[in-house]
Amino acid sequence: MNMLRSVVLGAALVSGGLSAQTVIQGAGATFPYPLYSKWISEYQKVDPKANINYQSIGSGGGIRQILEETVDFGATDAPMTPQERAKAKSPILHIPVTMGCVVVSYNVPGVSSGLKLTPELVAGIFMGQVTKWSDPKLASANPGVKLPATPITVAYRSDGSGTTAVFTEYLAKVSADWKAKVGAGKSVKFPIGLGGKGNEGVTGLVKTTPGAVGYVELAYAKQNGLAVAAIRNKNGKFIQPSPEGVTSAASGNEIPADLCMSITDGPGAKDYPISAFTYILVHENQKDGTKGKMVADFLWWAMHEGQKFAAALDYAPLPKDVTPKIEAKLKTLKFAGKVLITKK
Amino acid sequence: MQSKFAMSVPQGRGSWLSRLWRAFAGTGEVNPADRIFLWVTGLFAGTAILVLGAMTLQVFRASLPSIRQFGWRFLIGKDWDPVLDAFGALPYIYGTVVSSLLALALAVPIALGIAIYLAELAPTWLRRPLGFTVELLAAIPSVIYGLWGIFVLAPWLRDSVQPFLAARLGFLPFFQGTPRGLGLMAGVLILAIMILPTIASVSRDVLEAVPSTLREGALALGSTRWEMVRKAVLPSASSGILGAVILGLGRALGETMAVTMVIGNRAEISFSLFDPSYTLASVIANEYAEASSDLYLSALTELGLILFGVTVLLNIIARLLIWRVGRVPSGAGRS
Repeated sequence: MNMLRSVVLGAALVSGGLSAQTVIQGAGATFPYPLYSKWISEYQKVDPKANINYQSIGSGGGIRQILEETVDFGATDAPMTPQERAKAKSPILHIPVTMGCVVVSYNVPGVSSGLKLTPELVAGIFMGQVTKWSDPKLASANPGVKLPATPITVAYRSDGSGTTAVFTEYLAKVSADWKAKVGAGKSVKFPIGLGGKGNEGVTGLVKTTPGAVGYVELAYAKQNGLAVAAIRNKNGKFIQPSPEGVTSAASGNEIPADLCMSITDGPGAKDYPISAFTYILVHENQKDGTKGKMVADFLWWAMHEGQKFAAALDYAPLPKDVTPKIEAKLKTLKFAGKVLITKK
Repeated sequence: MQSKFAMSVPQGRGSWLSRLWRAFAGTGEVNPADRIFLWVTGLFAGTAILVLGAMTLQVFRASLPSIRQFGWRFLIGKDWDPVLDAFGALPYIYGTVVSSLLALALAVPIALGIAIYLAELAPTWLRRPLGFTVELLAAIPSVIYGLWGIFVLAPWLRDSVQPFLAARLGFLPFFQGTPRGLGLMAGVLILAIMILPTIASVSRDVLEAVPSTLREGALALGSTRWEMVRKAVLPSASSGILGAVILGLGRALGETMAVTMVIGNRAEISFSLFDPSYTLASVIANEYAEASSDLYLSALTELGLILFGVTVLLNIIARLLIWRVGRVPSGAGRS
C-alpha cells in the first residue's frame, strides 16, 4: 500500500515536472537565425528546462508579433521605428546580441578576387551611373587590375529584408544623391537592376550572370564562394569584410540609451563600413515570472558564453565597450516590479 | 430510395430562404439517417462558402486604409516606393496579365496538340504512359522550376536565344535591350511549361467526351483524320477546351515562387521581353513579411484583393464553360 502510494506520487511528480517545462516563443529576423538556433541548442545543455522555439519569419513579423504580445521575444535587424514604438502597450527593449555585415559580391570575368570599391563607386553602380566594368572610375580605384568592358548587371533583394535595410542605410549615409532619390529601408525602389528572392536569389543571379554585382550577407557569400569586394572606409582604407572588421566598427562609438545605433561608415582604421547590430526585442515588464526569468537568463547567457559561437558562423562577437551597457539594460527587465537578473 | 432523396431536393415556390429551410428541415417522411447525412454534408459545403466569405471580408477590411488613401489611382499608379509610402499597382497588374497571357499563347497550341494526339491519334498502348508523363509535369514543385530557370534556362536565354532574337528581330520593341536571361521572357517560358499539363490533360478529357458518332459520321462522309478532328471533334469540344485554357490561365495568374525566381522582380512596364517584370502574387510573397508601415501592408493586401478578384472572375467563367460542356448531349458509348 505504501509502495503503491509512493509509485503514484512519483508518477505524479514526474508528470508534473514534464508539464512544468516552459516553452519560450520567439520570432523575427532571418539574418541571425543560424546563430540563434545554435544558441538555443547549446542553451538546452545549460538549462534543460528551457524549451525555446524561434521562428525566422522576418524582422517585420518579429516586430508585429512582439507588439501583439504573441511571442515572448521578437528579433529584428533594423531598430523599431518611432511609429512602431508608439504602438507598444508597454515599453519594449532593444537588446543587441550580435552583429553582421553586408558584402558587395561580384562576378567579373577575369577578376576572381581583389576588387576594390569606394563608397562613391558602390552608390554609382547601384544608382545605374556606372554601367560598365571598364569605367575609368573603377579602373582608377583598381590599379593593375584588368577590368573587362562587360556591362554591369545590378542584383538586389526583391523581398523586404534587414540586409537591404543595412545596405541602403549605408548608401544613404555616403551618398546624398542616393538619400534623395532612393532612401533607406527594408524594401526600396532600386533605380536599376534585377531582383532576386532572398540571399539565395541574389547569389544565384550573381553566380550565373557575367558582369553581375549584388549585396548579400557575409556568411552567404562565403558559403557560396562568391568574390567579395573590399570597401574603402571613412578612414580611407580598403577593408575586406570579416567579423573582426565588424566588431571594430561596433566599438568606440557613443552608445545611446536605447542601445540602437548605426555602425555603418565607421571612422576607425579597421572598420568594415557596411556593418550592423541585430536586436532581440523584449517587453521591459514581463507578464509571466517563470518565462520572463528564463528569457532574461537566456539573453544573459547569449551575450556572454554565447558569443564564442558567433565567429564560426560569420557573425561578429559583441565589442567589450558595449557589453556593460547591455548588462545594465538586461538588469532592467522586471516581473511585477521585481528585477529578474540579480547576477554580479 | 430515389423518392426519399427527391424529397430533400428543394421544390416549389416561395423565397429562397423558405426553400432552403424546407430542404433542410424536410418533412417527417425523410429517413433520419438521410436527414443527418444531408445536414452534415450541407454543413461542410457551407464552410467553403463561409471561409471564402470571411477571407474576402478580411482582405477587403485590411485593404481599406490603402483604398481610402489612393482610391482608383491605386489601379493606374506606376510608382511603388515603400520608402515614400507611395503605391501604385499598374506594373504588377501589367506583369501578371502579360506574363500569363503570353504563357497561354505559347502553351495552348502545344497542349492542344498533345490532347489531340492522346485522344485521337496515339496508339492505345501509348496513351496511358504518355498521358501520365504529361500529368507528371504538374507534380514538379514550383521551386524546382524556379531553380531550373535560374541556373539552366536563364543562362541559355542570355547566351543563345536572346542575342539571336536581338539580331534578327531587334527592330521590334519586344526584343530590345540588354539580354540578361532573367526577365519577362524567362517568366513566360516557365509559366508556359507549368500550365501545359493542366491544359493538355483537361483538353484530352474533353476530347474523349465527344461522342464517337460524330467521328464515325465525319469519316463515313469521306473526311480525312485531320478534317474529322477539325470539323467534327474540335467544334463540339471547343467550349470545354476554352474551360481548360481558363483553368491554365488561373494557374498562371496565381503562380508565385517559380515566377518570382526568374522574372527579375522589377516594377516596370516595358514592351521588351528582355526586360524584368513583376507579378501581383510575387510582390505579395516578397514584401509582405517585412512590410513595416500600416499603409504599406494595406497596399500589399489590396494587391491581393485585385488578384483575388481576377482569379474569382476567371474561375466563374471556367465553371460556366465546364457546366456547358457537361450538357453536351452524349451519344452512344465509343466502340
